Amino acid sequence: MDKKNIQSESAISCKSINKKYDTIEALKGVNFEVDRGEIFGIIGPDGAGKTTLFRILTTLILADSGTASVDGFDVVTDYKEIRKRVGYMPGKFSLYQDLTVEENLNFFATVFNTTIEENYELIKDIYQQIEPFKNRRAGKLSGGMKQKLALSCALIHKPSVLFLDEPTTGVDPVSRKEFWGMLKNLKTQGITILVSTPYMDEASLCDRIALIQNGQFLKIDTPKNIVSQYENKLWAVQSDNMYKLLNDLRANELTSNCFAFGDKHHVSVSSEQLSINSLKEILDKSGHTNIEIREIEPTIEDCFMQLSQK
Amino acid sequence: MEKTIQHNSNKVIIAENLTKKFGNFKAVDKISFEVERGEIFGFLGANGAGKTTAMRMLCGLSIPTGGKGLVAGYDIGTQTELVKKNIGYMSQKFSLYDDLKVWENIELFGGIYGMTDQEIKEKTDKLMHVLDFESERNKLVGSLPLGFKQKLAFSVSIFHNPQVVFLDEPTGGVDPITRRQFWELIYDATSRGITVFVTTHYMDEAEYCNRVSVMVDGKIEALDSPKNLKKQFNANSMDEVFQQLARKAKRVDS
Repeated sequence: MDKKNIQSESAISCKSINKKYDTIEALKGVNFEVDRGEIFGIIGPDGAGKTTLFRILTTLILADSGTASVDGFDVVTDYKEIRKRVGYMPGKFSLYQDLTVEENLNFFATVFNTTIEENYELIKDIYQQIEPFKNRRAGKLSGGMKQKLALSCALIHKPSVLFLDEPTTGVDPVSRKEFWGMLKNLKTQGITILVSTPYMDEASLCDRIALIQNGQFLKIDTPKNIVSQYENKLWAVQSDNMYKLLNDLRANELTSNCFAFGDKHHVSVSSEQLSINSLKEILDKSGHTNIEIREIEPTIEDCFMQLSQK
Repeated sequence: MEKTIQHNSNKVIIAENLTKKFGNFKAVDKISFEVERGEIFGFLGANGAGKTTAMRMLCGLSIPTGGKGLVAGYDIGTQTELVKKNIGYMSQKFSLYDDLKVWENIELFGGIYGMTDQEIKEKTDKLMHVLDFESERNKLVGSLPLGFKQKLAFSVSIFHNPQVVFLDEPTGGVDPITRRQFWELIYDATSRGITVFVTTHYMDEAEYCNRVSVMVDGKIEALDSPKNLKKQFNANSMDEVFQQLARKAKRVDS
Protein backbone atom coordinates (compact mmCIF):
# COMPACT_ATOMS: atom_id res chain seq x y z
CA MET A 1 0.00 0.00 0.00
CA ASP A 2 1.15 3.54 -0.66
CA LYS A 3 2.83 5.28 2.19
CA LYS A 4 0.89 8.50 1.61
CA ASN A 5 -2.50 9.67 0.56
CA ILE A 6 -1.40 10.67 -2.89
CA GLN A 7 -4.71 12.21 -3.90
CA SER A 8 -4.36 15.13 -1.53
CA GLU A 9 -0.95 16.35 -2.64
CA SER A 10 0.47 18.06 -5.64
CA ALA A 11 2.36 15.97 -8.13
CA ILE A 12 5.49 18.10 -7.76
CA SER A 13 6.39 20.55 -5.06
CA CYS A 14 9.57 22.65 -4.89
CA LYS A 15 10.48 24.94 -2.01
CA SER A 16 13.44 27.35 -2.15
CA ILE A 17 15.63 25.08 -4.25
CA ASN A 18 19.21 26.32 -4.69
CA LYS A 19 22.02 24.72 -6.67
CA LYS A 20 25.50 26.01 -7.38
CA TYR A 21 28.22 24.61 -9.64
CA ASP A 22 31.45 26.19 -8.40
CA THR A 23 30.65 29.86 -8.66
CA ILE A 24 27.73 29.53 -11.06
CA GLU A 25 24.31 29.71 -9.43
CA ALA A 26 22.28 27.33 -11.57
CA LEU A 27 19.09 27.64 -9.50
CA LYS A 28 18.30 30.50 -7.15
CA GLY A 29 15.42 29.84 -4.77
CA VAL A 30 13.00 28.07 -7.06
CA ASN A 31 9.44 27.57 -5.75
CA PHE A 32 6.56 25.94 -7.55
CA GLU A 33 3.80 23.36 -7.36
CA VAL A 34 2.44 21.19 -10.13
CA ASP A 35 -1.09 19.84 -9.77
CA ARG A 36 -1.96 16.27 -10.63
CA GLY A 37 -2.78 15.73 -14.28
CA GLU A 38 -1.35 19.07 -15.31
CA ILE A 39 0.92 19.75 -18.29
CA PHE A 40 3.38 22.19 -16.74
CA GLY A 41 5.95 23.87 -18.99
CA ILE A 42 9.35 25.19 -17.93
CA ILE A 43 10.19 27.72 -20.61
CA GLY A 44 13.51 29.43 -21.09
CA PRO A 45 16.76 29.53 -23.05
CA ASP A 46 19.74 27.17 -22.77
CA GLY A 47 21.68 27.67 -19.58
CA ALA A 48 18.66 28.96 -17.64
CA GLY A 49 18.71 26.00 -15.22
CA LYS A 50 16.03 23.75 -16.73
CA THR A 51 18.10 20.56 -16.83
CA THR A 52 19.47 21.09 -13.31
CA LEU A 53 15.90 21.36 -12.02
CA PHE A 54 14.91 18.15 -13.83
CA ARG A 55 17.90 16.28 -12.41
CA ILE A 56 17.08 17.33 -8.86
CA LEU A 57 13.43 16.27 -9.24
CA THR A 58 14.34 12.91 -10.79
CA THR A 59 16.76 12.31 -7.85
CA LEU A 60 19.90 12.26 -10.00
CA ILE A 61 21.61 15.15 -8.21
CA LEU A 62 21.09 16.84 -4.86
CA ALA A 63 20.08 20.43 -4.33
CA ASP A 64 22.36 22.53 -2.09
CA SER A 65 19.36 23.68 -0.10
CA GLY A 66 15.57 23.65 -0.19
CA THR A 67 13.11 20.78 -0.34
CA ALA A 68 11.27 19.07 -3.15
CA SER A 69 8.80 16.23 -3.48
CA VAL A 70 7.46 14.24 -6.39
CA ASP A 71 4.22 12.28 -6.13
CA GLY A 72 4.25 13.02 -2.41
CA PHE A 73 7.75 11.62 -1.82
CA ASP A 74 10.81 13.57 -0.74
CA VAL A 75 13.56 13.70 -3.37
CA VAL A 76 16.27 12.98 -0.79
CA THR A 77 14.79 10.53 1.72
CA ASP A 78 12.36 8.68 -0.56
CA TYR A 79 14.38 8.73 -3.76
CA LYS A 80 13.84 5.02 -4.38
CA GLU A 81 10.06 5.44 -4.36
CA ILE A 82 10.32 8.34 -6.79
CA ARG A 83 12.47 6.39 -9.20
CA LYS A 84 9.77 3.69 -9.40
CA ARG A 85 7.09 6.22 -10.17
CA VAL A 86 8.50 8.67 -12.64
CA GLY A 87 9.38 8.50 -16.29
CA TYR A 88 12.30 10.63 -17.47
CA MET A 89 13.29 11.57 -20.98
CA PRO A 90 16.59 13.46 -20.81
CA GLY A 91 17.48 16.13 -23.34
CA LYS A 92 20.30 14.04 -24.71
CA PHE A 93 19.28 10.75 -26.37
CA SER A 94 20.13 8.20 -23.69
CA LEU A 95 18.91 4.86 -24.97
CA TYR A 96 21.21 2.00 -25.94
CA GLN A 97 22.28 2.74 -29.51
CA ASP A 98 23.43 -0.84 -30.13
CA LEU A 99 20.18 -2.43 -28.98
CA THR A 100 17.21 -2.60 -31.34
CA VAL A 101 14.03 -0.60 -30.85
CA GLU A 102 12.26 -3.60 -29.33
CA GLU A 103 15.24 -4.59 -27.16
CA ASN A 104 15.42 -1.09 -25.68
CA LEU A 105 11.74 -1.10 -24.84
CA ASN A 106 11.95 -4.59 -23.39
CA PHE A 107 14.95 -3.63 -21.31
CA PHE A 108 13.19 -0.66 -19.72
CA ALA A 109 10.05 -2.71 -19.10
CA THR A 110 12.12 -5.41 -17.36
CA VAL A 111 14.02 -2.93 -15.20
CA PHE A 112 10.67 -1.74 -13.86
CA ASN A 113 9.35 -5.29 -13.36
CA THR A 114 6.76 -5.06 -16.07
CA THR A 115 6.26 -6.16 -19.68
CA ILE A 116 5.53 -4.40 -22.94
CA GLU A 117 2.19 -6.25 -23.13
CA GLU A 118 1.06 -5.07 -19.70
CA ASN A 119 1.21 -1.37 -20.55
CA TYR A 120 0.91 -1.56 -24.32
CA GLU A 121 -2.35 0.46 -24.28
CA LEU A 122 -0.51 3.47 -22.86
CA ILE A 123 2.22 3.60 -25.49
CA LYS A 124 0.24 2.13 -28.40
CA ASP A 125 -0.37 5.36 -30.33
CA ILE A 126 3.27 6.38 -30.10
CA TYR A 127 4.95 3.00 -30.42
CA GLN A 128 2.88 1.90 -33.41
CA GLN A 129 4.58 4.60 -35.47
CA ILE A 130 8.00 3.03 -34.93
CA GLU A 131 6.93 -0.61 -34.65
CA PRO A 132 7.68 -1.29 -38.34
CA PHE A 133 11.32 -0.60 -37.44
CA LYS A 134 11.38 -2.63 -34.22
CA ASN A 135 14.39 -4.67 -35.37
CA ARG A 136 16.45 -1.60 -36.24
CA ARG A 137 19.18 -0.52 -33.86
CA ALA A 138 18.31 2.62 -31.92
CA GLY A 139 21.49 4.33 -33.11
CA LYS A 140 20.27 4.02 -36.71
CA LEU A 141 16.97 5.79 -36.14
CA SER A 142 16.16 9.32 -37.32
CA GLY A 143 15.69 12.13 -34.82
CA GLY A 144 11.91 11.90 -34.90
CA MET A 145 11.90 8.14 -34.40
CA LYS A 146 14.45 8.30 -31.57
CA GLN A 147 12.19 10.80 -29.84
CA LYS A 148 9.20 8.44 -30.12
CA LEU A 149 11.23 5.49 -28.83
CA ALA A 150 12.58 7.50 -25.90
CA LEU A 151 9.04 8.57 -25.00
CA SER A 152 7.81 4.96 -25.23
CA CYS A 153 10.65 3.81 -22.94
CA ALA A 154 9.88 6.57 -20.43
CA LEU A 155 6.23 5.49 -20.35
CA ILE A 156 6.48 1.72 -20.35
CA HIS A 157 6.14 1.37 -16.55
CA LYS A 158 3.07 3.65 -16.45
CA PRO A 159 4.66 6.48 -14.46
CA SER A 160 2.53 8.90 -12.46
CA VAL A 161 4.76 11.84 -13.34
CA LEU A 162 6.56 12.24 -16.65
CA PHE A 163 9.64 14.46 -16.95
CA LEU A 164 10.47 15.58 -20.49
CA ASP A 165 13.61 17.70 -20.80
CA GLU A 166 13.52 19.59 -24.10
CA PRO A 167 11.81 16.81 -26.07
CA THR A 168 11.29 19.05 -29.12
CA THR A 169 14.65 20.81 -29.41
CA GLY A 170 15.97 20.66 -32.95
CA VAL A 171 12.73 19.08 -34.15
CA ASP A 172 10.91 20.61 -37.13
CA PRO A 173 7.62 22.48 -36.61
CA VAL A 174 5.43 19.68 -38.00
CA SER A 175 6.93 16.97 -35.77
CA ARG A 176 6.78 19.35 -32.82
CA LYS A 177 3.02 19.75 -33.30
CA GLU A 178 2.61 15.98 -33.47
CA PHE A 179 4.61 15.54 -30.28
CA TRP A 180 2.41 17.98 -28.39
CA GLY A 181 -0.61 16.07 -29.67
CA MET A 182 0.82 12.94 -28.04
CA LEU A 183 1.25 14.79 -24.74
CA LYS A 184 -2.40 15.90 -24.82
CA ASN A 185 -3.41 12.25 -25.14
CA LEU A 186 -1.22 11.24 -22.21
CA LYS A 187 -2.81 13.93 -20.08
CA THR A 188 -6.21 12.31 -20.60
CA GLN A 189 -4.74 9.16 -19.01
CA GLY A 190 -4.08 11.15 -15.83
CA ILE A 191 -0.31 11.42 -16.15
CA THR A 192 1.26 14.62 -14.83
CA ILE A 193 3.76 16.08 -17.27
CA LEU A 194 6.63 18.45 -16.54
CA VAL A 195 8.12 19.52 -19.86
CA SER A 196 10.83 22.03 -20.68
CA THR A 197 11.31 23.85 -23.97
CA PRO A 198 13.22 26.77 -25.44
CA TYR A 199 10.42 27.32 -28.02
CA MET A 200 8.17 30.05 -26.66
CA ASP A 201 5.38 29.21 -29.12
CA GLU A 202 4.86 25.89 -27.33
CA ALA A 203 3.86 27.68 -24.11
CA SER A 204 0.20 27.95 -25.14
CA LEU A 205 -0.02 24.13 -25.24
CA CYS A 206 0.65 23.88 -21.48
CA ASP A 207 -1.92 24.28 -18.71
CA ARG A 208 0.51 26.43 -16.75
CA ILE A 209 4.05 27.61 -17.41
CA ALA A 210 7.05 28.94 -15.55
CA LEU A 211 9.31 31.34 -17.42
CA ILE A 212 12.91 30.75 -16.33
CA GLN A 213 16.07 32.78 -16.89
CA ASN A 214 19.43 32.69 -15.09
CA GLY A 215 18.24 30.17 -12.51
CA GLN A 216 15.17 32.14 -11.50
CA PHE A 217 11.49 31.89 -12.32
CA LEU A 218 10.32 35.17 -13.82
CA LYS A 219 6.65 34.20 -13.62
CA ILE A 220 4.38 31.21 -13.00
CA ASP A 221 0.84 31.27 -14.35
CA THR A 222 -1.43 30.10 -17.13
CA PRO A 223 -0.27 31.30 -20.57
CA LYS A 224 -3.47 33.36 -20.81
CA ASN A 225 -2.88 35.18 -17.52
CA ILE A 226 0.74 35.92 -18.39
CA VAL A 227 -0.35 37.49 -21.65
CA SER A 228 -3.04 39.56 -19.92
CA GLN A 229 -0.49 40.90 -17.43
CA TYR A 230 1.72 42.41 -20.15
CA GLU A 231 2.46 46.00 -19.27
CA ASN A 232 2.19 48.67 -21.98
CA LYS A 233 0.43 48.58 -25.30
CA LEU A 234 1.89 46.45 -28.04
CA TRP A 235 1.77 47.45 -31.69
CA ALA A 236 2.78 45.50 -34.78
CA VAL A 237 4.42 47.79 -37.32
CA GLN A 238 5.31 47.21 -40.96
CA SER A 239 6.73 49.32 -43.77
CA ASP A 240 8.64 48.72 -47.00
CA ASN A 241 12.07 49.10 -45.38
CA MET A 242 12.01 46.90 -42.29
CA TYR A 243 15.66 47.33 -41.24
CA LYS A 244 15.45 51.13 -41.29
CA LEU A 245 12.07 50.87 -39.56
CA LEU A 246 13.63 48.95 -36.66
CA ASN A 247 16.26 51.64 -36.11
CA ASP A 248 13.76 54.49 -36.48
CA LEU A 249 11.35 52.92 -34.00
CA ARG A 250 14.13 52.40 -31.48
CA ALA A 251 15.29 55.97 -31.88
CA ASN A 252 11.81 57.24 -30.97
CA GLU A 253 11.75 58.41 -27.36
CA LEU A 254 8.13 57.47 -26.78
CA THR A 255 8.60 53.74 -27.45
CA SER A 256 9.93 51.44 -24.67
CA ASN A 257 11.46 48.82 -26.89
CA CYS A 258 11.18 47.29 -30.31
CA PHE A 259 11.99 43.82 -31.64
CA ALA A 260 11.63 42.08 -34.98
CA PHE A 261 8.87 39.45 -35.01
CA GLY A 262 8.76 37.67 -38.33
CA ASP A 263 7.49 40.06 -40.99
CA LYS A 264 6.52 42.72 -38.43
CA HIS A 265 8.20 44.67 -35.65
CA HIS A 266 6.62 44.63 -32.20
CA VAL A 267 6.79 47.99 -30.48
CA SER A 268 6.04 48.34 -26.81
CA VAL A 269 4.50 51.71 -25.97
CA SER A 270 4.05 52.95 -22.43
CA SER A 271 3.45 56.61 -23.19
CA GLU A 272 -0.09 57.93 -23.50
CA GLN A 273 1.29 60.69 -25.70
CA LEU A 274 1.87 58.36 -28.60
CA SER A 275 -1.08 57.21 -30.66
CA ILE A 276 -1.11 54.94 -33.69
CA ASN A 277 -1.87 57.92 -35.90
CA SER A 278 0.89 60.09 -34.48
CA LEU A 279 3.44 57.30 -34.91
CA LYS A 280 2.25 56.87 -38.48
CA GLU A 281 2.87 60.56 -39.11
CA ILE A 282 6.35 60.39 -37.58
CA LEU A 283 7.31 57.40 -39.73
CA ASP A 284 5.79 59.01 -42.80
CA LYS A 285 8.01 62.04 -42.23
CA SER A 286 11.14 59.87 -42.00
CA GLY A 287 10.35 58.55 -45.46
CA HIS A 288 8.63 55.23 -44.80
CA THR A 289 6.12 53.91 -47.30
CA ASN A 290 3.23 51.47 -46.92
CA ILE A 291 3.19 51.91 -43.15
CA GLU A 292 0.83 49.63 -41.27
CA ILE A 293 0.34 49.78 -37.51
CA ARG A 294 -2.15 47.90 -35.38
CA GLU A 295 -2.56 47.01 -31.75
CA ILE A 296 -2.01 43.31 -31.05
CA GLU A 297 -2.18 40.82 -28.21
CA PRO A 298 1.34 39.99 -26.94
CA THR A 299 2.81 36.52 -27.44
CA ILE A 300 4.55 34.63 -24.63
CA GLU A 301 7.83 35.64 -26.26
CA ASP A 302 6.90 39.35 -25.90
CA CYS A 303 6.10 38.71 -22.23
CA PHE A 304 9.35 36.80 -21.70
CA MET A 305 11.40 39.64 -23.17
CA GLN A 306 9.61 42.24 -21.08
CA LEU A 307 10.04 40.21 -17.86
CA SER A 308 13.67 39.33 -18.55
CA GLN A 309 14.62 42.98 -18.99
CA LYS A 310 13.34 43.98 -15.58
CA MET B 1 29.81 16.19 -73.47
CA GLU B 2 29.03 17.29 -69.97
CA LYS B 3 27.21 20.54 -69.73
CA THR B 4 29.16 23.14 -67.77
CA ILE B 5 27.55 25.92 -65.79
CA GLN B 6 28.43 29.44 -66.77
CA HIS B 7 30.12 31.18 -63.89
CA ASN B 8 28.29 34.34 -62.99
CA SER B 9 29.84 36.56 -60.35
CA ASN B 10 26.46 37.67 -59.05
CA LYS B 11 25.38 34.13 -58.32
CA VAL B 12 27.23 32.85 -55.28
CA ILE B 13 25.50 29.48 -55.22
CA ILE B 14 24.25 27.61 -58.27
CA ALA B 15 22.74 24.14 -57.96
CA GLU B 16 21.57 22.26 -61.03
CA ASN B 17 19.78 18.95 -60.53
CA LEU B 18 21.99 18.37 -57.51
CA THR B 19 21.53 14.78 -56.32
CA LYS B 20 22.87 12.52 -53.60
CA LYS B 21 21.98 8.86 -53.50
CA PHE B 22 22.90 6.46 -50.71
CA GLY B 23 22.28 3.08 -52.33
CA ASN B 24 18.72 3.30 -53.61
CA PHE B 25 17.81 6.11 -51.25
CA LYS B 26 17.69 9.55 -52.85
CA ALA B 27 18.55 11.83 -49.93
CA VAL B 28 18.68 14.83 -52.27
CA ASP B 29 16.72 14.47 -55.48
CA LYS B 30 17.62 16.84 -58.36
CA ILE B 31 17.43 20.18 -56.59
CA SER B 32 18.04 23.36 -58.59
CA PHE B 33 18.32 26.91 -57.30
CA GLU B 34 20.50 30.00 -57.37
CA VAL B 35 21.51 32.37 -54.59
CA GLU B 36 22.47 35.98 -55.35
CA ARG B 37 25.38 37.80 -53.78
CA GLY B 38 24.38 39.51 -50.52
CA GLU B 39 21.15 37.56 -50.24
CA ILE B 40 19.81 35.89 -47.07
CA PHE B 41 18.59 32.52 -48.29
CA GLY B 42 16.52 30.40 -45.91
CA PHE B 43 16.79 26.64 -46.40
CA LEU B 44 13.84 24.98 -44.68
CA GLY B 45 12.55 21.44 -44.47
CA ALA B 46 11.32 18.86 -42.01
CA ASN B 47 13.79 16.58 -40.22
CA GLY B 48 14.96 14.04 -42.77
CA ALA B 49 13.96 16.10 -45.83
CA GLY B 50 17.59 16.17 -47.01
CA LYS B 51 18.73 19.61 -45.81
CA THR B 52 21.88 18.46 -44.04
CA THR B 53 22.97 16.29 -46.98
CA ALA B 54 22.43 19.18 -49.40
CA MET B 55 24.31 21.57 -47.14
CA ARG B 56 27.22 19.15 -46.79
CA MET B 57 27.51 18.96 -50.57
CA LEU B 58 27.44 22.75 -50.90
CA CYS B 59 30.24 23.01 -48.32
CA GLY B 60 32.45 20.57 -50.23
CA LEU B 61 32.17 17.89 -47.54
CA SER B 62 30.21 15.36 -49.59
CA ILE B 63 30.51 14.67 -53.33
CA PRO B 64 27.22 14.75 -55.30
CA THR B 65 26.24 11.54 -57.08
CA GLY B 66 24.46 13.55 -59.76
CA GLY B 67 23.93 17.08 -61.04
CA LYS B 68 26.20 20.06 -60.64
CA GLY B 69 26.92 22.79 -58.18
CA LEU B 70 29.01 25.94 -58.02
CA VAL B 71 29.73 27.69 -54.72
CA ALA B 72 31.71 30.93 -54.67
CA GLY B 73 32.59 30.13 -58.29
CA TYR B 74 34.04 26.69 -57.62
CA ASP B 75 32.76 23.25 -58.57
CA ILE B 76 31.54 21.33 -55.51
CA GLY B 77 32.29 18.03 -57.25
CA THR B 78 35.91 18.69 -58.24
CA GLN B 79 37.21 21.78 -56.41
CA THR B 80 36.16 21.04 -52.84
CA GLU B 81 39.27 22.57 -51.22
CA LEU B 82 38.70 25.86 -53.04
CA VAL B 83 35.05 25.77 -52.03
CA LYS B 84 36.01 25.31 -48.37
CA LYS B 85 38.48 28.21 -48.51
CA ASN B 86 35.84 30.61 -49.76
CA ILE B 87 33.01 29.81 -47.41
CA GLY B 88 32.30 30.14 -43.71
CA TYR B 89 30.36 27.62 -41.63
CA MET B 90 28.69 27.69 -38.28
CA SER B 91 26.25 25.40 -36.52
CA GLN B 92 24.71 25.27 -33.08
CA LYS B 93 26.31 21.91 -32.42
CA PHE B 94 29.83 22.79 -33.41
CA SER B 95 31.12 26.31 -33.35
CA LEU B 96 34.12 27.15 -31.17
CA TYR B 97 36.50 25.32 -28.83
CA ASP B 98 35.31 25.65 -25.23
CA ASP B 99 38.78 25.08 -23.79
CA LEU B 100 40.44 27.82 -25.80
CA LYS B 101 40.25 31.51 -24.93
CA VAL B 102 38.28 33.94 -27.08
CA TRP B 103 41.39 35.33 -28.81
CA GLU B 104 42.87 31.82 -29.22
CA ASN B 105 39.76 30.63 -31.07
CA ILE B 106 39.94 33.61 -33.39
CA GLU B 107 43.65 33.06 -34.03
CA LEU B 108 43.11 29.36 -34.69
CA PHE B 109 40.35 29.86 -37.24
CA GLY B 110 42.08 32.86 -38.85
CA GLY B 111 45.24 30.77 -39.17
CA ILE B 112 43.38 27.81 -40.67
CA TYR B 113 42.02 30.12 -43.35
CA GLY B 114 45.53 31.38 -44.12
CA MET B 115 45.28 34.88 -42.71
CA THR B 116 48.55 36.57 -41.67
CA ASP B 117 49.35 37.25 -37.99
CA GLN B 118 49.17 40.96 -38.64
CA GLU B 119 45.77 40.67 -40.29
CA ILE B 120 44.46 38.48 -37.47
CA LYS B 121 45.66 40.89 -34.81
CA GLU B 122 44.17 43.97 -36.42
CA LYS B 123 40.86 42.31 -37.14
CA THR B 124 40.65 40.80 -33.64
CA ASP B 125 41.01 44.24 -32.06
CA LYS B 126 38.29 45.58 -34.30
CA LEU B 127 35.95 42.66 -33.66
CA MET B 128 36.37 42.85 -29.87
CA HIS B 129 35.44 46.50 -30.09
CA VAL B 130 32.41 46.01 -32.35
CA LEU B 131 31.02 43.18 -30.19
CA ASP B 132 31.90 45.05 -27.00
CA PHE B 133 33.87 41.96 -25.97
CA GLU B 134 37.10 43.59 -24.80
CA SER B 135 36.78 42.33 -21.22
CA GLU B 136 36.06 38.78 -22.48
CA ARG B 137 39.12 38.55 -24.72
CA ASN B 138 41.12 36.39 -22.30
CA LYS B 139 38.22 34.27 -21.08
CA LEU B 140 37.71 30.63 -22.00
CA VAL B 141 34.90 30.29 -24.52
CA GLY B 142 33.34 27.55 -22.35
CA SER B 143 32.74 30.10 -19.60
CA LEU B 144 30.71 32.46 -21.81
CA PRO B 145 26.90 32.48 -21.83
CA LEU B 146 25.42 30.68 -24.85
CA GLY B 147 24.13 33.86 -26.50
CA PHE B 148 27.57 35.43 -26.30
CA LYS B 149 29.15 32.30 -27.71
CA GLN B 150 26.81 32.16 -30.69
CA LYS B 151 27.45 35.79 -31.58
CA LEU B 152 31.18 35.19 -31.35
CA ALA B 153 30.93 31.97 -33.38
CA PHE B 154 29.12 33.80 -36.16
CA SER B 155 31.72 36.58 -36.19
CA VAL B 156 34.49 33.97 -36.36
CA SER B 157 32.77 32.16 -39.23
CA ILE B 158 32.95 35.34 -41.34
CA PHE B 159 36.32 36.50 -39.94
CA HIS B 160 38.19 35.51 -43.12
CA ASN B 161 35.66 37.43 -45.19
CA PRO B 162 34.17 34.48 -47.08
CA GLN B 163 31.86 35.01 -50.05
CA VAL B 164 29.14 32.95 -48.41
CA VAL B 165 28.48 31.69 -44.92
CA PHE B 166 26.45 28.54 -44.14
CA LEU B 167 24.54 28.67 -40.87
CA ASP B 168 23.01 25.42 -39.64
CA GLU B 169 20.37 26.19 -37.01
CA PRO B 170 22.51 28.94 -35.54
CA THR B 171 20.00 30.17 -32.95
CA GLY B 172 18.65 26.96 -31.40
CA GLY B 173 18.09 27.37 -27.66
CA VAL B 174 19.23 30.99 -27.60
CA ASP B 175 17.12 33.43 -25.56
CA PRO B 176 14.68 35.60 -27.54
CA ILE B 177 16.57 38.87 -27.18
CA THR B 178 19.95 37.41 -28.19
CA ARG B 179 18.26 35.57 -31.06
CA ARG B 180 17.20 38.92 -32.47
CA GLN B 181 20.61 40.49 -31.90
CA PHE B 182 22.06 37.56 -33.80
CA TRP B 183 19.87 38.37 -36.79
CA GLU B 184 21.01 41.97 -36.65
CA LEU B 185 24.59 40.66 -37.04
CA ILE B 186 23.42 38.69 -40.08
CA TYR B 187 21.89 41.82 -41.63
CA ASP B 188 25.13 43.67 -41.00
CA ALA B 189 27.16 40.93 -42.72
CA THR B 190 24.93 40.99 -45.79
CA SER B 191 25.23 44.76 -45.98
CA ARG B 192 28.97 44.10 -46.47
CA GLY B 193 28.24 41.75 -49.36
CA ILE B 194 28.45 38.41 -47.58
CA THR B 195 25.82 35.92 -48.72
CA VAL B 196 23.99 34.01 -45.99
CA PHE B 197 22.59 30.50 -46.38
CA VAL B 198 20.68 29.53 -43.25
CA THR B 199 18.58 26.68 -41.88
CA THR B 200 16.25 27.21 -38.94
CA HIS B 201 13.33 25.65 -37.11
CA TYR B 202 12.06 29.05 -35.97
CA MET B 203 9.47 30.07 -38.54
CA ASP B 204 9.56 33.74 -37.55
CA GLU B 205 13.20 33.70 -38.66
CA ALA B 206 12.14 32.43 -42.08
CA GLU B 207 10.39 35.79 -42.47
CA TYR B 208 13.74 37.59 -42.14
CA CYS B 209 15.13 35.90 -45.26
CA ASN B 210 15.00 37.47 -48.71
CA ARG B 211 14.00 34.14 -50.19
CA VAL B 212 13.11 30.79 -48.69
CA SER B 213 13.12 27.27 -50.07
CA VAL B 214 11.23 24.38 -48.49
CA MET B 215 12.51 20.84 -49.01
CA VAL B 216 10.16 17.87 -48.86
CA ASP B 217 11.36 14.31 -49.42
CA GLY B 218 14.64 15.36 -51.05
CA LYS B 219 13.05 17.86 -53.44
CA ILE B 220 12.57 21.61 -53.31
CA GLU B 221 8.78 22.01 -53.19
CA ALA B 222 8.62 25.78 -52.95
CA LEU B 223 11.02 28.67 -53.42
CA ASP B 224 10.18 32.37 -53.26
CA SER B 225 10.17 35.40 -50.99
CA PRO B 226 8.24 34.89 -47.72
CA LYS B 227 5.67 37.39 -48.94
CA ASN B 228 5.01 35.55 -52.21
CA LEU B 229 4.97 32.14 -50.51
CA LYS B 230 2.33 33.33 -48.08
CA LYS B 231 0.29 34.61 -51.00
CA GLN B 232 0.78 31.40 -52.97
CA PHE B 233 -0.30 29.18 -50.07
CA ASN B 234 -2.96 31.57 -48.85
CA ALA B 235 -1.31 31.62 -45.43
CA ASN B 236 -0.86 34.24 -42.72
CA SER B 237 2.60 33.13 -41.64
CA MET B 238 5.56 31.10 -42.82
CA ASP B 239 4.63 28.55 -40.16
CA GLU B 240 1.37 27.87 -42.02
CA VAL B 241 3.24 27.62 -45.33
CA PHE B 242 5.66 25.14 -43.78
CA GLN B 243 2.89 23.07 -42.18
CA GLN B 244 1.06 22.78 -45.51
CA LEU B 245 4.17 21.69 -47.39
CA ALA B 246 5.80 19.42 -44.82
CA ARG B 247 2.60 17.49 -44.18
CA LYS B 248 2.84 16.23 -47.77
CA ALA B 249 6.03 14.36 -46.87
CA LYS B 250 5.69 10.65 -47.53
CA ARG B 251 9.00 9.29 -46.43
CA VAL B 252 9.71 8.48 -42.80
CA ASP B 253 12.69 10.63 -41.97
CA SER B 254 15.96 8.84 -42.51
